[in-house]
Amino acid sequence: MIDQHRQAFKEEAYELLAELETSLLELEEQPDDVDVIGRVFRAMHTIKGSGSMFGFDDIAAFTHEVETIFDMVRNGKLQVTGRLVNLTLAARDQIRAMLDGADDGGGGDLKVSGEIIMGLRELAGFQPAAAEPPEAAAAGRKPANLATYRIRFAPSRDIFITGTNPLTLLQELKELGTCSVVAQTGDFPCLEEIDPEACYVYWDLIVTTDQGENAIRDVFIFVEDDCELRIEQVAEHTQFEEPQDYKKLGMILLERGDITTKEMEEILAQQHRFGELAVSNGILDQGKVQSALVEQRHVKEVRQEKQATEAASSIRVPAERLDLLVNLVGEMVTVQARLSQTAAQREDAELVAIAEEVERLTAELRDSALNIRMLPIGSTFSKFKRLVRDLSVELGKQIEMTTEGGETELDKTVIEKLNDPLVHLIRNSIDHGIELPEARVAAGKPAHGTVHLAAVHSGDSVVITIDDDGAGLDKEAIRAKAIERGIIPATAELSDKELFSLVFAPGFSTAKKISSVSGRGVGMDVVKRAIELLRGSIDISSVQGKGTRIAVKIPLTLAIIESLRVQIGEDSFMLPLALVDECVELTREDVERSHGRNLAHVRAQLIPYIPLREHFRIQGTPPEIQQIVITQVNGTRVGFVVDQVIGEHQTVIKSLGRAYRDVDGISGATILGDGSVALILDVPQLLQAVEAGQA
Amino acid sequence: MAKVIMTADDSASVRQMVTFTLKQGGYDVVEAVDGKDALQKLSSTKVDMLITDLNMPNLDGIGLIKGARALPSCKFIPIVMLTTESQDSKKQEGKAAGATGWIVKPFKPEQLMAVVKKVLG
Repeated sequence: MIDQHRQAFKEEAYELLAELETSLLELEEQPDDVDVIGRVFRAMHTIKGSGSMFGFDDIAAFTHEVETIFDMVRNGKLQVTGRLVNLTLAARDQIRAMLDGADDGGGGDLKVSGEIIMGLRELAGFQPAAAEPPEAAAAGRKPANLATYRIRFAPSRDIFITGTNPLTLLQELKELGTCSVVAQTGDFPCLEEIDPEACYVYWDLIVTTDQGENAIRDVFIFVEDDCELRIEQVAEHTQFEEPQDYKKLGMILLERGDITTKEMEEILAQQHRFGELAVSNGILDQGKVQSALVEQRHVKEVRQEKQATEAASSIRVPAERLDLLVNLVGEMVTVQARLSQTAAQREDAELVAIAEEVERLTAELRDSALNIRMLPIGSTFSKFKRLVRDLSVELGKQIEMTTEGGETELDKTVIEKLNDPLVHLIRNSIDHGIELPEARVAAGKPAHGTVHLAAVHSGDSVVITIDDDGAGLDKEAIRAKAIERGIIPATAELSDKELFSLVFAPGFSTAKKISSVSGRGVGMDVVKRAIELLRGSIDISSVQGKGTRIAVKIPLTLAIIESLRVQIGEDSFMLPLALVDECVELTREDVERSHGRNLAHVRAQLIPYIPLREHFRIQGTPPEIQQIVITQVNGTRVGFVVDQVIGEHQTVIKSLGRAYRDVDGISGATILGDGSVALILDVPQLLQAVEAGQA
Repeated sequence: MAKVIMTADDSASVRQMVTFTLKQGGYDVVEAVDGKDALQKLSSTKVDMLITDLNMPNLDGIGLIKGARALPSCKFIPIVMLTTESQDSKKQEGKAAGATGWIVKPFKPEQLMAVVKKVLG
């Protein structure tokens, strides 16, 4: 490979030398032409720069001398003379000779080089200092001891303008070792004064690493000139470290210079918890104390880890007991809603106070009960690694799987139910997505393909993405197949997104042959339905030849959701809040103007809507002004027309029972504060039903 | 899907080496032969990062950085310049124009990848 680059460099250098000759001759005619001087300089510069990159060090060193002279000419410090042109031409010939002889060791005559350089230096009238001292870095880094550093990284306000993302720096720092980060947001101005392109945050970091301070400085190399960066070593963890208490909070703040000795003594004199007092006295803001506390905890944790093998403080509990607990909490939430409503009606201040207290406690209880059921998704990810390995061997492909965000937590039931759809999606990526090694190399991609699996929190959902760098979806093949299967009419004009979403249509499979891995055609529509049953959504995007990304969005938990309560006539309905984008008004005039087409103008965008009153055949007349709740499902925005939007509601999901299991468009029910029942709308299914009805 | 990186350099061999290295690393690469070419391509292609030489005909690296930063799509992307050790002043000038970082020539493929990873995350 390197030979190939060397060859390319030589060819380029010959071209440049030819150009250089022309330029030099031109220069002799017009010694003051700035353009030509620039050209000569650039040619030298490129030969030098590229030469050193591909191992032509002697050429680079020699050209450097000539370039230095022309830099002076360019800056007007030296006049172009006949002698200069002569010498440069000689230098050009010398470079050529060196190139010619480059492959069989040292090319060109060293004596000639020396003479040309002497001549040039004489012309310039200076004696350059002795060769630059060799790079100190060559000394090599000796392995440092494990040590803990305290870093304050305060980027300049305009750090984003230089294209720096401070988060990638923090990420890099995290890779050095155990790292605790505290973001300091005390400098944020009030809303009107915020410049959205400025960075108001600074970070306090505690890092424990064995790479030494220089490795930390290296992380910030591009930004250290225009940011405030403080790195101090706070502890060194040797093998013989005595377990002892880490510094007191006040000591840490004092060392950091966040507080003076006098202030500290004043506070200490009052004999209370240091941090609380410092904040309440207005000496420090909460963030700084927080950060010092984190340092305390971090060092403690690192030390604990060293002592290791402390008995894990966890107990095993059968899953049913947890389910029971969550059910009970669900009942609690319902009862609490009733209590709050009754209290509000009675206008009894004392009762209201108690109801509020209960409300707060229930919310906390609900959160911690749901938390118990949360498991990191990482264990599922590692199962997939094996799957990828086995499949790629079977198919003769080279595939590497990378994962990210394995620590992201999801409800246990959700993780279990996600397993099959994810397996299917990964199989698809491997079987249809990633090409065979030969095909990849021919397409100019690395022979081994990558499947990247990532999980990340986004609001009250988790987004799991499966990224591959394979062949991508073939739009024309999808279109042809969809037409063949009668899913779309032959004349349909579809956007890329709509086209891609066709792969989720029942009975759709574009693979040319059926393999043991995938391609039975029962795939993607089942996957989609499984995801939707978890009240999630699935989104696919792809660029042909580059790869495919599938994003699965799943709510954190199945038992209790945030939803938007709406009313039609006397009935209440719930729309999962995660799907709701916004609410707009729909007046009777609007309806008349749209001539029965059920389209609304929302900020220059046409949004189709479904009048739920008609859909559910609810009697009565709608009010003068109705509301459209605009939802976003799988990338499409669709509105639902309701009489009234009541507000957010903690919804405990109850199943409808066997008799109503197959009702379309309803995913469950919930009990409201007054004891009445509200139905929870299954938004994706409603859309499908309406689309199917129209087609 | 792969991120797109543009390399702007008038030296074909450096371009080839950068392109080769980045493709090995799984990135997509757009090549530009000088600053003017680069600006033109930037206005029609979306790139996630720019690696530019400083000395180029038509429009030099500093001019390119300034021009790119003026484009809304390139306002916040990382821009890395290739410099030679003698150009410390250029480094400052480049930073002032809006460059994110720099790579000193000569560099090895691993060094290039390390810097790309540093600024692109």
